Amino acid sequence: MYYRTGPDGRVVNVQLPAPDAADTMRATHPEDAALVARLLTGDEAAFRSLVEQYHGRLLRLAQVFVGDRAAAEEVVQDTWLAVLTGLRAFEGRSGLKTWIFSILTNRAKTRGQRDKRVVTFSALLGPHAREEPPVPPSRFTASGRWSEPPEQWDDVTPERLLLQRETRALIDRTIAGLPDGQRAVVTLRDVEGLDAAEVCNILEISETNQRVLLHRARARIRSALEQHLRRR
Amino acid sequence: MLTCRQLTEVITDYLEGRMSIMDRLRFRAHIGMCRHCRAYLAQMKHTIGALGRLPPETIPPDVRDQLLARFRDWNR
Repeated sequence: MYYRTGPDGRVVNVQLPAPDAADTMRATHPEDAALVARLLTGDEAAFRSLVEQYHGRLLRLAQVFVGDRAAAEEVVQDTWLAVLTGLRAFEGRSGLKTWIFSILTNRAKTRGQRDKRVVTFSALLGPHAREEPPVPPSRFTASGRWSEPPEQWDDVTPERLLLQRETRALIDRTIAGLPDGQRAVVTLRDVEGLDAAEVCNILEISETNQRVLLHRARARIRSALEQHLRRR
Repeated sequence: MLTCRQLTEVITDYLEGRMSIMDRLRFRAHIGMCRHCRAYLAQMKHTIGALGRLPPETIPPDVRDQLLARFRDWNR
């Protein structure tokens, strides 16, 4: 409660407005605040750029949880409608991206359960639970040194790797072929750039589990790239 | 002493900063001496870098137009 002295000298009680959603957002996520403000005024260009920016990413995320492509597309459509429904009440405590991603993951998970798709995100369960070395033991000597060492990727950079359509396709294929848990973790962490805590939260797995899955997934993708570059 | 084989097993722990200071020092010492493991670490970093730059598919125009129509309705 706040008080101040009124014009007649009496102390009056002042009801301060609660900081509104827009204020919270301006303080925590300034770019989001500007975008949300534009969306709320019906700025179609703003919505168009939002959709163009996130649609493909949402589709990629949805496919972590639901089996087929058509179901993933439906989940993404539903997510956009839920974004519109929730936008006026969006308070900006989390960023817009985090908010949209959380709507997507909740819907995708529900859909996955409804379709009775059994997804095992844990590294400790499932068919690949047994020890999976990142590099085949045959590439090391008995004392653990490289006998078949990796080549120097001298002229390779991440950007150059992706210039080739076939290399991009290879990475996509390799990710798609990973066991569910590895695919989920590497998609969320490395492809979409979420942090470890967010990923543990979304997939309901422990931090150690998350790290094991990430490690295996990265090792497989590196290995696929190595073979691919050698063949060229 | 960390072997090359062991290094490939703990590389994510290293990159994630989930190593004790002693293990980290052992890792750094090995990398400093072993060009093969330097190459492996570099390959791993390039792999991670490429994953983070994978372009998402673009939205098909008809899907985008449907969503824009929903946006207009919503705004009405």
